[in-house]
Amino acid sequence: MSKLLKNQIFIPIAALLLLLLFNLIADPTFFRITLGVNSDGNPVLSGPIITIINNGSELAILAIGMTLVTAASGGQDISVGAAIAIAGSTILRVLCGTNTRPDTLRTPIFVAFIIGCLVAMAFGAFNGLLVSIFKIQPMVATLILYTAGRSIAAWINNNELPIISDPKFSYYGGFIPGIPIPTPFFIAMACVVIIFLVLKFTNLGLYTQAVGINESSSRLNGINPVFIKWLTFVILGACVAVAALIKVSRLSSINYSVIAKDIEMDAILAVALGGNALSGGKFNMAASIIGAFVIQTLTTTLFKYNVPSDALPAYKAIVVILLVVISAPTFREFMTKVVSKLKNGKKKEVANV
Amino acid sequence: MKKKVLAAVLAATMVLGLTACGSAAADTAAAPAAPAKEEAAPAADTAAAPAADAGGDLIKVGIINNDPNESGYRTANDKDLKETFCEANGYEASFAYSLKNDEQITAAQKFIQDGVDYLLLSAADTSGWDSVLKDAQDAGIQVILFDRTIDADPSLYAASIVSDMDKEGETAVNWLAGQNLDEYNVIHIQGVMGSAAQKGRSGALDAKVAAEANWNIVTQQTAEWNAETAQQIVQSVIDAGTPFNVIYAENDDMAKGAVAALDAANISHGVGKDVIVMGFDCNKWALEELLAQNWNYDGQCNPFQSSYIDQVIKTLQNGGSIGEKTIIMDEKGFDASTITQADVDQYGI
Repeated sequence: MSKLLKNQIFIPIAALLLLLLFNLIADPTFFRITLGVNSDGNPVLSGPIITIINNGSELAILAIGMTLVTAASGGQDISVGAAIAIAGSTILRVLCGTNTRPDTLRTPIFVAFIIGCLVAMAFGAFNGLLVSIFKIQPMVATLILYTAGRSIAAWINNNELPIISDPKFSYYGGFIPGIPIPTPFFIAMACVVIIFLVLKFTNLGLYTQAVGINESSSRLNGINPVFIKWLTFVILGACVAVAALIKVSRLSSINYSVIAKDIEMDAILAVALGGNALSGGKFNMAASIIGAFVIQTLTTTLFKYNVPSDALPAYKAIVVILLVVISAPTFREFMTKVVSKLKNGKKKEVANV
Repeated sequence: MKKKVLAAVLAATMVLGLTACGSAAADTAAAPAAPAKEEAAPAADTAAAPAADAGGDLIKVGIINNDPNESGYRTANDKDLKETFCEANGYEASFAYSLKNDEQITAAQKFIQDGVDYLLLSAADTSGWDSVLKDAQDAGIQVILFDRTIDADPSLYAASIVSDMDKEGETAVNWLAGQNLDEYNVIHIQGVMGSAAQKGRSGALDAKVAAEANWNIVTQQTAEWNAETAQQIVQSVIDAGTPFNVIYAENDDMAKGAVAALDAANISHGVGKDVIVMGFDCNKWALEELLAQNWNYDGQCNPFQSSYIDQVIKTLQNGGSIGEKTIIMDEKGFDASTITQADVDQYGI
């Protein structure tokens, strides 16, 4: 029992199971998945569970990058929402050129994505530069882009709102004809597989944790902490670009002021729910990713039960406080102690008898 | 560690001291400067008057607005102001943009010092404007509010040109009532809670639902102007299998998100279809959806205040007076069955 409690991944899984259990008891139709057709005549699956894996995808992708940044730098990037606006705006700009209602795309979507990726990584590199070389607190360094990002995004498209009518572009945030599972889920799973391969076959995970735990001792051991920190921000930039592609594809358009609004807070929360220390050091990638789906499950549940608009943030806050407290290392230590005390108490009783 | 903390505290106090000195110095510097300016002002006036005559009598206006990137509404609003207040129309306009009240107030003070004739203001926040508007009044500058009202004495401004959000909501709800459905099962997607647009547009619907027996709210949620959140809200209603026949979204983006959810579930929407889709703000792309009969209704939130302002200024210039200080703009509601391409071109933002 105590071993299970000590395992970091136990917390987000427990939280997820708790939410699902609540839904199972309150209304089992939560788990109903139906196969229907959309207005284009393609088969699609629908149901709350599908909504969760669909809409939780961007968050899961961002959680990957955010976990690395948190582990290496001991701080968080609060500019991911604004960076998504920039990357999304870039993708649309490359696809549309100056014509905001193109009938045909000017470039293949793949090329637009690569350019969006480069731009997002460049902004990530800028953040990384401020953090790694100039040693600015990550939250302060990324505050710059957090403030300016959405204006930059608007400027990229001359403040116009491009709308893409080509149905191919909507596949990335919707459904590929013939495949009833939402595409974002596949994209998220691809990202997860890639990061696990990278963590398994390269030293990235080890080096990131080493830098996060003790910068000077990792430098003495031949790791370049400046480069590792910078690299994590660039990786987060790539994650941002993928999330941005899904986001702009969902509606084939963009709204600079509200796209991915406050998503940085959810991404940080996913890392925290995963039981990762926000002060850096050791991390558990799988826990963060499950944390992201916990947040989406919570959102979907709250929508399902029709919580009044004004009360929604309060409900969310209560659940989040509970989850974060439970996943805090101090609380886990306390619980382990309680469990072992109970065991010892039983042993003593046995001895007394 | 202790030393570091001590050093930091010392540094902080020194910095604070500096700024304190700085502002004090600025204050004392400003005090003697003020009378000097007053003396200078008449001189400048006399000097400026002939120059203005020579230059075709340009009216100097200082325009303080919110950031044009804030929304499509604001972009259209800014463009409209720039088109009206140009030299060809006899104006010399300066613009200042900020979403922050204190920065706007600083900009207003600068315009007052520059000696503009009119100060046009769309305030970021309703409070904190009294003293600066008093300064403007003392300097003989007329203040015209547009788009947003402020909590200040009406004697401090000449006119206030605003949208009536309550009326926007009423127009939309009356249109919906005019559809004569047997039963109204409404998905109500709200904007950011507490904003003027949300309050006005929600209020009318809430009142109608409370009054009529055959009007029901299926769900009432805020999507905070966000299309994607709206999509999730509608998706959750579809997943639950609750029947509905009206989507009342408080802006176009959210209506678009709702429609994306309908499309995914193959629920027909638009003129003569299963679900009535209603939006607000009259974005050009939204009016095109109306024209294609995919949506049913779009309510206008008029960003074109400049013609009203122009009229007010002309009246004041000719020595006339403004009867009613609060001027409420005409706002239309477009019906998909009657909208024309000309409407899209003229009213789309």
